Amino acid sequence: MDAYLLALKLVFDPYVLMVITASALYGLVVGCIPGLTATMATALLVPVTFFMPPVPAIAAIVTASAMAIFSGDIPGALLRIPGTPASAAYTDEAYAMTLKGQAGLALGAGLMFSVVGGLFGTAVMMTSAPLLAEVALKFSSFEYFWMVVLGLSGAVFIGSASILKALISLMLGLLIACVGMENPAGLPRFTFGNNELASGISLIPMMVGMFAVSEILRYAVDTAPEMKTKVAQVGDVFKGMWSLTKRYKWGILRGSAFGTVIGIQPGSGADMASWMSYAMSKRFSKEPEKFGTGHVEGIIESGAANNSSLAGAWIPAVVFGIPGDSITAIAIGVLYMKGMNPGPTIFVNNPQDIYAVFLVFVLANLIMLPFGWAMIKTARRVLQISRSILMPTILLFCIVGAFAINNTVFGVVLILCFGLLAYLLEENGFPTAPAILGVVLGQMLEENFVTSMIKSDYSIAPFFSRPIAGGLAALTFLILFWPLVSWAWRNRRGTRPLADGTAG
Amino acid sequence: MTPALEGYTMKLNDAVFGALFLVLAIAVLVASRAFPAIPGQQIGPGAFPTLVASILAACSLLLIVRGLRSRQRWFEGGNWLRSPRHVLRFAAVVGALLFYLFAAQALGFVLTAVLLMIGLLRAFGVKWTTSLITAVVATLVIHAIFYKILRVPLPWGLLQGVAW
Repeated sequence: MDAYLLALKLVFDPYVLMVITASALYGLVVGCIPGLTATMATALLVPVTFFMPPVPAIAAIVTASAMAIFSGDIPGALLRIPGTPASAAYTDEAYAMTLKGQAGLALGAGLMFSVVGGLFGTAVMMTSAPLLAEVALKFSSFEYFWMVVLGLSGAVFIGSASILKALISLMLGLLIACVGMENPAGLPRFTFGNNELASGISLIPMMVGMFAVSEILRYAVDTAPEMKTKVAQVGDVFKGMWSLTKRYKWGILRGSAFGTVIGIQPGSGADMASWMSYAMSKRFSKEPEKFGTGHVEGIIESGAANNSSLAGAWIPAVVFGIPGDSITAIAIGVLYMKGMNPGPTIFVNNPQDIYAVFLVFVLANLIMLPFGWAMIKTARRVLQISRSILMPTILLFCIVGAFAINNTVFGVVLILCFGLLAYLLEENGFPTAPAILGVVLGQMLEENFVTSMIKSDYSIAPFFSRPIAGGLAALTFLILFWPLVSWAWRNRRGTRPLADGTAG
Repeated sequence: MTPALEGYTMKLNDAVFGALFLVLAIAVLVASRAFPAIPGQQIGPGAFPTLVASILAACSLLLIVRGLRSRQRWFEGGNWLRSPRHVLRFAAVVGALLFYLFAAQALGFVLTAVLLMIGLLRAFGVKWTTSLITAVVATLVIHAIFYKILRVPLPWGLLQGVAW
């Protein structure tokens, strides 16, 4: 409990609170603007957090990403354009409600149950992470090797439109991670004699390139004319929420729990949680025929799911250092950058730091209520901001952010290369999430593999014979067969819209 | 995190990607063989890249086979390639980054950023006056954040004499 008191002091510090407020506003605005994703919001924030102490830096990331995921609902309901991919699952439904004059109810439900889902996921994280960390303390390099493999195979084999392309994407990420001297042998690899590459490819410029510059390129070639829309004023937002809560309590619980689980599962994040949860809500609903006609039930359940998945994704991230989705991959990058290396030892050595992260989650979800309400009320204005003015400004921000990390223009070279690469890959159905996980986890994978091999005297038997390692190995093989299982499942139940969110 | 796009805007046959990645994988395999071994240790620095590149090579071969079988066209440009305006927009984004790379040191951050912003805004179809105002305001705000508050040593270049 002492640690929690220390954590309270860390969080309720004027500077940290200011950072949380600013990143909340930032996340809400970015999430609200179509074409700017929650992942992009997070990636753009990283160069700024680079200059902050660890707790405010993480607070900024957590707050901005949670706000952006909710805020994506707003243009979805008002314009039928999801602000972030995580809102895409129920955009049509929310828009149908707006046409019926129920925009206030649609957005109110989105806000209210985003908060509920977020708090649920946070509660699961607060209770399970310290327990898992105790288990993780017993892990040796063999178990860590399997944890990383498990995380990476989850990213490739679950929910990918093309497993082959996801696997290639992962291998590219792992190769990128090989660049530099940060390997067990300390030998400069693939640096082409370039000093800038000796320390490896900087994660931040790479992410800014992959998630922001690629998005700007996609905007540049978007031939659809820019929407000039008049947005209706939204009515009472919080009206009728209590009766909805009572009526759909099981749906809310199911969405929150399911979202958390999807979040924990590496490689699948808020997008997938919201698609699958929407489908599940329809299946279990008493009135499935109303879905698609402006019915609030699905919005409640998947709105809760996408926010709870965000907290869920942090569980493997803080306990094992294995990110659950692109956003936590970025956050892990920030943690390493701040010397707050995630893993079970942080719970022993600096528990207040990790508890501070938990508290920030609670706080971010609580302030989402008033801030989100204000955002809904001012959305009309924000949606009028022209993207043709915004995008160049974002590009300038990317450039400065990339430069600021090492104070060299090499960062700008990186955002250009990775922006083009990510654009080209995504256009051709290669998902980028496996690549980013590969880059973040590559070094950990190699280190644990090499250490284990040396320990076992170059025998692979201990990888399977140690009890926990063997269990993790079995789990990994289960995931490898997942596509087969899901294929069989789909054939039995007829087709269903599964995981379109992560599809390329 | 791919947004659900309606129709791709630039698509190459899978076999093209397969071939490119195969070349990459082979290059990595060759380069990894040249890494020196560590005395007394069976696993050298080349082992991990070799493993990764081998999997990449296998996947690339599968992708080539799939691409050739699919009868997919070799290159499928989206609408934007037929619209000079959009080609210009794409080129403007890439050009802006290249411009910064080559001009920032000499011209300094402020001048480079203003010019880059004006070019980009104009390419995106923003009016001259709006472009000018946006470029100057955005540059000054971003400069203030990073140079003044975060103390990033952004170059002054030509404006060295009047640095603020």
